[in-house]
Amino acid sequence: MTVLIDKNSKIIIQGFTGKMGTFHADEMIKYGSNVVGGVTPGKGGSKHLNLPVFNTVKDAVGKTGADASILFVPPAFAADSAMEAADAGIKTCVAIVDGIPSHDMIRIKRYMRRYTKSSKMTLVGPNCAGIISPGKSMLGIMPGHIYKEGRIGIISRSGTLGYEAAQQLKNLNIGVSTSVGIGGDPINGSSFRDIIEKFETDDETDAILMIGEIGGPQEVVAGEFAKENMKKPVIAYIAGLTAPKGRVMGHAGAIVSAYGESAIEKVEILKECGITISKNPSVMGDTVKSVLEKM
Amino acid sequence: MDIHEYQAKKILSDFGVTIPRGGIVYSPENAENKAREIGGSRWVVKAQIHSGARGKAGGIIVCDSPLEVAQATDKLLGKKLVTNQTGPEGKIVNRIYIEEATDIERELYLGLVFDRSSESIMVVSSTEGGMSVEEISKEKPETIIRSKIEVAVGMQSFQARELAFGLGIEPDLIRRASDTIIGCYKAFSELDATMVEVNPLVISKQKQILALDCKMSFDNNAMFRRNQVSELRDKTQEDSKEVFASDRGLNYVSLDGNIGNIINGAGLAMASMDMIKLAGGSPANFLDVGGGATPEKIVKAFKLVTMDEKVKVILVNIFAGINRCDWVAEGIVEALKKIEVNVPLVIRLAGTNVEKGNQILKESKINYIEANTLEDAANKAVAALNK
Repeated sequence: MTVLIDKNSKIIIQGFTGKMGTFHADEMIKYGSNVVGGVTPGKGGSKHLNLPVFNTVKDAVGKTGADASILFVPPAFAADSAMEAADAGIKTCVAIVDGIPSHDMIRIKRYMRRYTKSSKMTLVGPNCAGIISPGKSMLGIMPGHIYKEGRIGIISRSGTLGYEAAQQLKNLNIGVSTSVGIGGDPINGSSFRDIIEKFETDDETDAILMIGEIGGPQEVVAGEFAKENMKKPVIAYIAGLTAPKGRVMGHAGAIVSAYGESAIEKVEILKECGITISKNPSVMGDTVKSVLEKM
Repeated sequence: MDIHEYQAKKILSDFGVTIPRGGIVYSPENAENKAREIGGSRWVVKAQIHSGARGKAGGIIVCDSPLEVAQATDKLLGKKLVTNQTGPEGKIVNRIYIEEATDIERELYLGLVFDRSSESIMVVSSTEGGMSVEEISKEKPETIIRSKIEVAVGMQSFQARELAFGLGIEPDLIRRASDTIIGCYKAFSELDATMVEVNPLVISKQKQILALDCKMSFDNNAMFRRNQVSELRDKTQEDSKEVFASDRGLNYVSLDGNIGNIINGAGLAMASMDMIKLAGGSPANFLDVGGGATPEKIVKAFKLVTMDEKVKVILVNIFAGINRCDWVAEGIVEALKKIEVNVPLVIRLAGTNVEKGNQILKESKINYIEANTLEDAANKAVAALNK
């Protein structure tokens, strides 16, 4: 999806020289992503993986023309890094890191209000697998080879459940235009609604698979948006039918604390919005297939 | 992370909220002295457990003499209290808070939470203190007054005043009430809380505004910068298996079924639990070993799941991404050398190098049932249970 990343996206790695940054930068380069350098404050001027290292994101953008970044910095410094990327003019930023305090996420989002819609960075994550446009670019930590090129958009809060879906689709010979992991935290950079809207206008996508879970209002908000504004079909699966109320299920955001946040309630509301429900996680691919056959 | 009532009150009092005089004790002898030290003629003896609804469970006792305070303390200490929030196993009482009794004129409700829709802090208040917020929103929704706080600038005096007037607080007390509300807001925002609930917030006959009971929860992700708060953690109030898990970097939630789970990723773990249920079984736990599913984590996960006596079948479901199935399979084989598993074991691997992974498992001679898909895994786990 050219709205987020494409073959020409110039990617920098924030936290480039650390263990995680190095490993995943290498994986991304092997996949064919156009990684142009990285940022590690204090190591500017050196080379890492044969690419230039910069002290600040502004330097990196100035010298390389980077428009996308991915964060591999520890949770305590992640908010600062995300705001630095936004300020330097990065268009798409993925925060992989798990463990950013909620108060910090709110701070990032308030900070980004200073930008106009056209100059505002799209932040994806945190606590997510990132973005992949199969055959074009990978700005994430997913196993690239399980994604077949195609025309289904995937949005998932969970990383591994997103992989499961990509694999099921591939087994049915169905490909993916772009897969976006929005992350499992209570407050995230981009919501289901934000991404679903981008897919609606993406001419490489025919249908959207939305993989949600218990907790929070996002799936319902996206469903209502789809009902009012979307022509492309949306298929959804919601994980956590058996999750007990009031408990955090791994993801900080996966907790039922209000009406409409349990899996059953979300499924009911999404059905009313005209969304096709995958009734269990092993038929996500089949459900997409049956919707495509009706198109 | 949750903390005790007395700890939450101490925090609020540091932020300018008035609380009744009181003190914490660990023995009946202590209690009698503490009551005398606090003074007055009536005391409330309160069991400190991480749960609300303690009153109905017999965890709060009003006493008229220091001797009675000692007796009440003796009665509660070491007891397991079962409330509608603790589950049937209840929670152990190791600490008792003794407080001077308050002459209550009015009971109000005050709560602060993160509002995920507006991504701001929401203050919720009501004139119907003493009831739970769920009860209030069901039975007296018209009494609820909300105020959304813009975190970048913090809570303003007028917002607190509006709430105080809305609650019908008399003009002489408005200043004090709004200071109390702002104190709670500051505690929330300065300490990385996720919930502050003062219920009831009371107006006493002596015209004091007091936090009579308080619950606070904090963002686990922010504890690295909140040493004073993280020190307040009381592991005796948590499920022992959950403590074991969190100390080892695993996400674990104890459930009441009998199929133990070892899964990578929270979403996949929830999905696998759903599949088990659909297949007619019931999960014994939620366990996310993390996206990486390293061999060390898998060993710890087996240790944890085999600790649970309810577990009659173990289901391992790993979707290997960056790490490979062959590596995960080696981790499983290693784990089974160290840990004895006496129940049927169903393993489903998927993702990178799945054939190689399954090959390693087969050649290792470990006793297991191979599954290929999510559905297959759940069906085989339930079938193994019924054998």
